[in-house]
Amino acid sequence: MLIENESGALSRVSGLFSARGYNIHALTVAPTEDESLSRLTLVTIGTAHQIEQIVKHLNRLIDVVKVIDLTEGPHIERELMLVKLSATGEFREEFVRLTDIFRGTIVDVTATTYTVQMIGETQKLDAYIAAIDPALILETVRSGAMGIMRGEKCLQI
Amino acid sequence: MELTGAQILIHFLEDEGVEHIWGYPGGAALPIYDALDTDAKELKHILVRHEQAAVHAADGYARSTGKPGVVLVTSGPGATNTVTGIATAHMDSTPLIVITGQVATDMIGLDAFQEVDTVGITRPIVKHNFLVKDVNDLAMTLKKAFYIATTGRPGPVVIDIPKDVQNATSTYEYPQEVELRSYLPVVKGHTGQIKKAVEMMLSAERPIFYTGGGVIMGEGSEELVKLVKSLGYPITQTLMGLGAFPADDKQNIGMLGMHGTYEANLAMHHCDVLIAIGSRFDDRVTGNIAKFCPTAKIIHVDIDPASISKNVVVDIPIVGPVQQVVQEMNTQLAKLNKKPDAVALQAWWSQIDEWRNVDCLKYDTTGSKIKPQAAVQAVWEVTKGDAYVTADVGQHQMFAAQYYTFNKPRRWINSGGLGTMGFGLPAAMGVQMAYPDATVLCITGEGSIQMNIQELSTCMQYGLPIKVVCLNNGFLGMVRQWQEFFYDRRYSMSYMDSLPNFVKLAEAYGHVGVRIDDPKTMKKQLEEAFALKDRFVFIDIITDQQENVYPMIPAGAGQNEMILV
Repeated sequence: MLIENESGALSRVSGLFSARGYNIHALTVAPTEDESLSRLTLVTIGTAHQIEQIVKHLNRLIDVVKVIDLTEGPHIERELMLVKLSATGEFREEFVRLTDIFRGTIVDVTATTYTVQMIGETQKLDAYIAAIDPALILETVRSGAMGIMRGEKCLQI
Repeated sequence: MELTGAQILIHFLEDEGVEHIWGYPGGAALPIYDALDTDAKELKHILVRHEQAAVHAADGYARSTGKPGVVLVTSGPGATNTVTGIATAHMDSTPLIVITGQVATDMIGLDAFQEVDTVGITRPIVKHNFLVKDVNDLAMTLKKAFYIATTGRPGPVVIDIPKDVQNATSTYEYPQEVELRSYLPVVKGHTGQIKKAVEMMLSAERPIFYTGGGVIMGEGSEELVKLVKSLGYPITQTLMGLGAFPADDKQNIGMLGMHGTYEANLAMHHCDVLIAIGSRFDDRVTGNIAKFCPTAKIIHVDIDPASISKNVVVDIPIVGPVQQVVQEMNTQLAKLNKKPDAVALQAWWSQIDEWRNVDCLKYDTTGSKIKPQAAVQAVWEVTKGDAYVTADVGQHQMFAAQYYTFNKPRRWINSGGLGTMGFGLPAAMGVQMAYPDATVLCITGEGSIQMNIQELSTCMQYGLPIKVVCLNNGFLGMVRQWQEFFYDRRYSMSYMDSLPNFVKLAEAYGHVGVRIDDPKTMKKQLEEAFALKDRFVFIDIITDQQENVYPMIPAGAGQNEMILV
């Protein structure tokens, strides 16, 4: 969705979700090339009826300029993840191979750790994490999904 | 014209045509109060005794006139005291402007004296709110606030103005135009949908209109009466919708919902086409959603898309202003030149009349105690049914809704959505300010009235000749009723010991107090009280402690599962 790039706009959106008992699975927001607008991608889960209500309530917020449900059509979804792994012994080789399979990049190296950058759909990032012994994962940070429609269609005002 | 922020506010309010402003001064609002003294010409400020009352008074003004009510308070406790009032207005969609002082911008976030995050606290209970950080934005922000509050589905808007912004100067010019790219209220219903709705209405065998507060807020009463009359269908109105269609008309089958009439609730349950206009399928109306109108196709007209199919999925949604949509329905109906199925309608009315004959609102009139229902009916007779009636919340509110026959819109003013005790008296102040010569009365209970009793002082200061009708049964009546029905008569905390002598209390404030405890003298005493046209009279009516509100749909039951007397 596009929202006014003003203080408080984000809390109106998040407040709506908590007040009406909807769940925010992931949320990412940043200003756009038009300084007055921010682009926000929010992932939530619900029945078709719930999603319809959520969209209606979002549209009611004065600071929300435009909302689309990306899952209604073909779209591209990407998430960025940074993972710090304990990489010693045999795992120094193993993590290079595994990261390569997932087309990730090792962006920082120390004598005992790797920091991996991975971009992809949420599912792919989940799969990468699942492939690693949890004891070796020191830290993860994920952006939450961002989305854009395929083809010529745009979310514009 | 170079003015301070505080002056800009006062000049703007006058340019916007605001006549009354309800408020209470304090540190962070002092520049505004000073500008009120130096710059206001027509604008009249009413000093309340508690900020909550200021909001309810502005709300009562807004509900009775259709114009936005305006409130001015200081920061911190001034702002937090308005919260209940704002939430009340929000739930019932009334247009309010609440202006709050705030600590200076360089103090915000430092836990300054009388600082609260007003915008944060009020965010979930407003249509929108603003923190004005730059005096150059003030006039346009005010314009936006009025525009947002009064258009689309109306609601309260809070404007938080830091003290340094009140003192800073800027050139002022009244902004004539306002545009918000993200706020475009619907001004016209979809013609195709309206056509489909009209066809569905005409095909009905057991139709019913179910109309709500949106008809009153949207000034749709006249068109609604025309539509209902031309079709000859029954109509039931919600608590918030009373008066949009004349209650004494035969087609009106009474209020529906938890304390609605037998005929209205059964007609809802058995209808085949439900025409919902400006009503929002509130849980107090629908009862158990799973059992709601099992055989009905539903048409729903509402200005707010989010209200449609929120609780009950409807067949023909129409988003638009009630007045325009119903007018279009009337036009299309006239064009179609088709009549409803007369035979089916006749049979439907016979069925409804049968339910009506149960006379669900009858009550025992033989006892020596005053029945609250009789008190409301007596008040109706004495005021010739032509008063503005506000209410608090509880049994007395339901009795007022059931027994004071409302024939005109904007005459019945109560807190339907939030159910705010303490609303009635301040709301009556707002109504009386709007209509100085009208009979304004507040039907209340001894519990509710004490929640804003301090306003007796405001009523004295401004000479407001309100009549308070207190149905005093010594109990929090509705709580007591639920405890009797559902909690094995354990009357936990619903009895109010140590009630004040309301007559003496009223007198202490300089008003007239009357106590009525005998059914035989009630009418005469009421006549005497209402004859005191220019005085505030507190009428304390001692009523039967055991009386309950009937009919009643218990929570979780269907509309056809009513408890009758």
